[in-house]
Amino acid sequence: MSRKVLLIEDEPNITEAIRFLLTREGWQVETHAEGVDAVQVIVAENPDLVILDVMLPGKSGMDILRDLRELEGMKGLPVLMLTARGQSRDREMAEQAGVSRFMTKPFSNTEVLTAVRDLHAQASRS
Amino acid sequence: MTSEDNARQSTATRPSLFLERQSYRRRRLSDAARLLPFLGAALIGLPLLWPDGSAGEDAVPLSSAILYIFGCWGALILISMFFGFVAKRFAAREDTETDEWRH
Amino acid sequence: MATLNVLILVCLGYVVLLFGVAFAADRMAVAGRGKWLRSPLIYTLSLSIYCTAWTFYGAVGNAARSGLEFVTIYLGPTLVMISWWWGLRKLVRVGRSQRVTSIADLISSRYGKSNTLAICVTILAVLGGTPYIALQLQSITLSFSIFAEADSSGLYREGSSVFWVAAGLAVFAILFGTRNLDVNERHHGVVTAIALESVVKLFALLAVGIFVVWGIAGGVGPMMDRIDASEIGQWNVDAGRWTTITFLSAAAFVCLPRMFQVMVVENDDEGHLRTAAWAFPLYLLLMSLFVVPIAVIGLDLMPEGSNPDLFVLTVPLSQGNEWLAMLSFIGGFSSATSMVIVTAMALSTMVSNHVVMPIWLSTQEGSGSVSGDVRNIVLMARRVSIAVIMGLGYFYFHLSGGGAALASIGLVAFAGISQILPALVGGLFWRGATRTGALIGLSVGFFLWIYTLLLPGMGGGVMPASVLENGPFGWGWLRPQALFGIDGIDPMVHTIMWSLSLNTIAFCVASLLSFPSPLERLQGAQFVNVFDHSVAPQGWTGSVGQSEDLMIMTQRILGTIPAQVFFQAEALKQGGRGRLPEPTPGFLVRLERELSGSVGAATAHAMVGQIVGGSSVSVEDLLAVADESAQLLEYSGQMEAKSAELSRTARQLREANEKLTQISMQKDAFLGQVSHELRTPMTSIRAFSEIMRDTEELSAEEKTRYAAIIHDEALRLTRLLDDLLDLSVLESGQVSLNLGDSTLRTVLDRAISTALAGTDRKLEIRRSLTSERMPLQTDLDRLGQVFINLISNAQKYCDAPDPILTISAHDVGGQVVIDFIDNGSGIPPEAQSMVFEKFARVGFDKAGGAGLGLAICREIMQRLGGEISYLPGQAGAAFRVSLPLAHKQAAQ
Repeated sequence: MSRKVLLIEDEPNITEAIRFLLTREGWQVETHAEGVDAVQVIVAENPDLVILDVMLPGKSGMDILRDLRELEGMKGLPVLMLTARGQSRDREMAEQAGVSRFMTKPFSNTEVLTAVRDLHAQASRS
Repeated sequence: MTSEDNARQSTATRPSLFLERQSYRRRRLSDAARLLPFLGAALIGLPLLWPDGSAGEDAVPLSSAILYIFGCWGALILISMFFGFVAKRFAAREDTETDEWRH
Repeated sequence: MATLNVLILVCLGYVVLLFGVAFAADRMAVAGRGKWLRSPLIYTLSLSIYCTAWTFYGAVGNAARSGLEFVTIYLGPTLVMISWWWGLRKLVRVGRSQRVTSIADLISSRYGKSNTLAICVTILAVLGGTPYIALQLQSITLSFSIFAEADSSGLYREGSSVFWVAAGLAVFAILFGTRNLDVNERHHGVVTAIALESVVKLFALLAVGIFVVWGIAGGVGPMMDRIDASEIGQWNVDAGRWTTITFLSAAAFVCLPRMFQVMVVENDDEGHLRTAAWAFPLYLLLMSLFVVPIAVIGLDLMPEGSNPDLFVLTVPLSQGNEWLAMLSFIGGFSSATSMVIVTAMALSTMVSNHVVMPIWLSTQEGSGSVSGDVRNIVLMARRVSIAVIMGLGYFYFHLSGGGAALASIGLVAFAGISQILPALVGGLFWRGATRTGALIGLSVGFFLWIYTLLLPGMGGGVMPASVLENGPFGWGWLRPQALFGIDGIDPMVHTIMWSLSLNTIAFCVASLLSFPSPLERLQGAQFVNVFDHSVAPQGWTGSVGQSEDLMIMTQRILGTIPAQVFFQAEALKQGGRGRLPEPTPGFLVRLERELSGSVGAATAHAMVGQIVGGSSVSVEDLLAVADESAQLLEYSGQMEAKSAELSRTARQLREANEKLTQISMQKDAFLGQVSHELRTPMTSIRAFSEIMRDTEELSAEEKTRYAAIIHDEALRLTRLLDDLLDLSVLESGQVSLNLGDSTLRTVLDRAISTALAGTDRKLEIRRSLTSERMPLQTDLDRLGQVFINLISNAQKYCDAPDPILTISAHDVGGQVVIDFIDNGSGIPPEAQSMVFEKFARVGFDKAGGAGLGLAICREIMQRLGGEISYLPGQAGAAFRVSLPLAHKQAAQ
C-alpha cells in the first residue's frame, strides 16, 4: 500500500532532507513550494498526510490550513505543521485553525518520523 | 517705598512693643498730614465771614487781611515742612533698621 | 535809556544762556554726574512754571483791580500741595508705574487705553492752552511796548511785534522741547533751564518788591499805612469768586498739561513730593508777597488810566531805575518763555501721540509691521504741533483784540482745563468710573465751557451780541452767561458752577449706567489700588516668531541701541541665550510700557496689538478684576498651573505609551523574523547532520552533497549574523565613518568587480564613464557596500533573459545622483514602499540574504548624509542613490 505525503515547503534544503527521511520510511513524497495554490494542490494530490510550512510565499500556512479545513472531506486529513518562528502565539493560532501536530524548527529527524507515524496510525484507525 | 508701607511692613515682621509704638506714631502723623488741607481750607475760607463794609460796619483793613492770609499761609507751610522732615526721618530710620535686620 | 535793540539783545543773550544751561545739564545727566539735577530743589523750582507771565504781571493788575482776590490763584495750589498725601502721591505713582506721557495719556490709559478719550483731552488741552499762550504773547508784547514808548527810534509796531514774538517763541520751543531725540527720557536739560528761570523770575519780583517797600514807601510800617489808605485798602472780596477761583486754581494746578509734565512725567523720585509739599507753597508765597505793595504804589504813583498789569515794569521805570526795570523785564520774559516751552512740549506730545500717531498707524494697517522711522515722524509731528499751537495762540490774541485783562484770560484757560478734573479724580479713586462716563462728562463740561466762557470772551466777531443778550434763537434760558435764567452771577463763577457740576453729574450717571470693558476694569483696579499692586495687567499672549517684528518696530521708536539693550535684557531675564526674547505676556507688557513712554499708552497698545494680534484678557485677569483678593488669585493661578501640568503629563504619558506599544510590536515582529531566519538554516544543518550521523548506507556522492548543504547553510547563518550586527551598529549611530577622497568611477569599478565575482549568472552593466568623474568625499567602503548590494540584487533578481543594469550619474544641484536601473519586471507597486524595510524580500528566491541588504543600504546612506530611494515608473527595478557632491560632514 502506497502512502503519500505532500510536503509544502519553500526551503529547498529542508524539502530535500524530509524527502530523504520519508522516502526511506516508504512514503511517496510529493512537494510543493508555493502558498497561493497550495489548497488546490492538496485537493488534487489527495495525500494521506500533509506537512505544511507556516511562512510560505504568497499565502501563509495558517490561511492554507483554515481554508483546507472548510473543504468537504478534508476535516480529518492529518496536517503536520512546521514553523521557524517559534512563538507560542503561532501554536495557539495553528491549533485554532485545526492542526493535527505542530512542530518548531529546527526539529530532530526522529521527531518528524515519529510524528508522521503517529498521525498516519491515528488516521488509519479512525 | 512709602512711609505707610514701611509701617505696615515693620508691624508685620517685627511685632515688638517699641516698634509698634513707632509705627503707631507714624500712622497718626500721616493722619495729621491728611487733615492738614482741611485745616488750610477752613483758614482760607474764614475771611469770607469778615465784614466787608457792605452791611454798614467797618470793613477789615487790607493790611490786617494781608497779615492774616500770609500768616496762615506761612503756618501751613511750616506744618507741612515739619511733616515732611519727620516723615523723611522716619523713612530713613526705617530703612537703616530694616537693613540691619536683613544683614 | 535802554533801546529796543538792547532789549532784543538781552533777550537773545538770555535765551542763549538757557540753551547753555540745558545743554550742560543734559551732558551732566548723560555722564551720570550732577546728582543735584535730580534733587527735590530742582523739582520744586520746575513746578513753579505754574507762575507764568500772568503771575508776574497779571497778579499786580489783579490786585490793583480786586484787592486780595489774586491770592486765591496761589492758595489753590498750596492746598493741593499740602494734601499731597491724598492725591498727588497717587497721581505720581500711577504716572510713573504706567509710564504715562501726558495728562491725556493718563486719562486714556485709565479708561481702557481709549484713544477717543485721549483725543478729547488733547483737544480740550489745546483749546484751553490757546488763551494761555495768547496771554504770554500779550504780556511780552505789552512789556516791549513799555520800552518802545520810551524809545525814540520808533521802530516798534505792535501788530508785527506780536507775530515776531509768537514766531520766536515757537522756534524757541521747537529747539528746546524737541531737541532731545530720546523722547521717553526725562528732559533734564529743560527742567534745569526752567528751574533757573524760576529763580530769575522770583529774584526779579522780589527785587521790585523790596525796591517798592523799602525804596519808595520807606519800610514795612509806612507801606502798611499806604495800603490801608489806598483805594483797595479794605477787605472786599466776592465770596463766590474767592471760593470758586481757589477751587479752580487747585483743579487747574493738577490738570494743566504743563503742570502734569513737570509734576508727574519729569518726576524722578516720589520722595521729592515731600519737599515740594512745603517748598512750592513757600515759592508761591514769596511770589505773592509784594504784589499788593507794588499794586498800591503803582496806583499812587502812576497816572490815571495806566495799565496796572504793567506796574511791575512801569513803577521802576518811573523812578528812573532802568536796571531794575530791565531785571523785571527779564523776569517777565522768563515766566513767559518757560511756560511756553513746557506747554508746547506737553501739548505737542499729546497731539503727536494721540492724534498724529493713531492716524499714521491706521494708514499702516494691514502691513503687519511698522515701516519707516517712527522717531522722525514723532519728532516732526511734535514740531508741527508746536507751530500750530503757537499759531492758535496768535489768532486768539488777535480775535480777543488783546484788550482783556491778563487775569481773565488766564482764568478762561483754567476753567477749560479743569473739565478734566472729574474724570481724573474719578479715575484715581473710583473703580466704577467708566470710559463712557468720562467721555460724556468731558463733553458736557467742554461744551459748557466753550459756550459760556470761551466764545463770549472772544468778542462780537465770534458770538453775536444778540445771543449774549437774549440767548440763541431768543431762548432766554439759554443765555451763555445766565443759564437756566440764573442771572447776576459773575461769569466765571457761573461757568465753573454749571460746567463742573453738570460735568461731574454726567460723569457719575453715565459711569453708573455703562459697563466697562475688561481692560478698563483692569486698568481701573491698577489705578485705584496702585499702592497695593504696582504691576501692569497682563494683556497679551504672543506667539513665537513675532519677536523679530517687535524688535524692528521697537528699534524705530526707541532707536537701535536702546531697543537692542532692552530686548537683550529681556532675553537674559527669560534665561535665553539668543538676542530675542520669547513674546511672553510679561515681556509684552513691559515692552508696551517702554513704548508708551515714547508714543503714549493707547498708541503703544495699538502698535503691539498690530503685531501680536488681538488683545486677549485672560481668565486670570478677569478674576483679578472680579476679586481683589490676591490670595485667591494666586491660589487659582496655582490650580490652573497644576491642572495644566497634569494634563500635559497625561498627554506625555499617553504619547510615551503609544510609542512603547509601537516599539514593542516592532520588536516582536523583528524577533519573529530573526528567529525565522536563524532557524531555517539551522533546520537544514541539523536535519542533514543527523542524516549523515544516523544513515550508514550513504554514498560518497550523497555525503559530499549533504556536507555542501550544511556548509552553505552555515555560511548563510554567518552572513545573517553579520548583517544583523552591521544593521544594529548603523541604527544605533555608533558607526564611525572613514572619510576618503575618490571619484565615483573608482568606487563603482571596485563595487562591480566585487559584486560580480564568482557568480555564474550573467549581468551586463552599462555605464557612462564621463559622467562618473565627479569627486566624492565620503566613506568609500560604505558607499561601495551600497553599490555592491544594488548590483548583486540586480544580478540575482533581474528576471529578463539578458539582464542589463544601467548605471547613470548626474550632478543635480550639488548632489550626486546615481541611478541603478535594470531591464527586469521591477518591483510591484505595492511592494515598493516595503523594499527598504528589514526582512522585506523581493521575489521568491531566498538564496540571497535575509532581506536586510536594502535596510542596511538605507541606514548607510543616512549616515553618509545622502539618500537611497526606489524610482517608480522605470522599465525595471530602479534605485536612486544621492549624496552630497563633496561631503564634508564629520562622522556623526
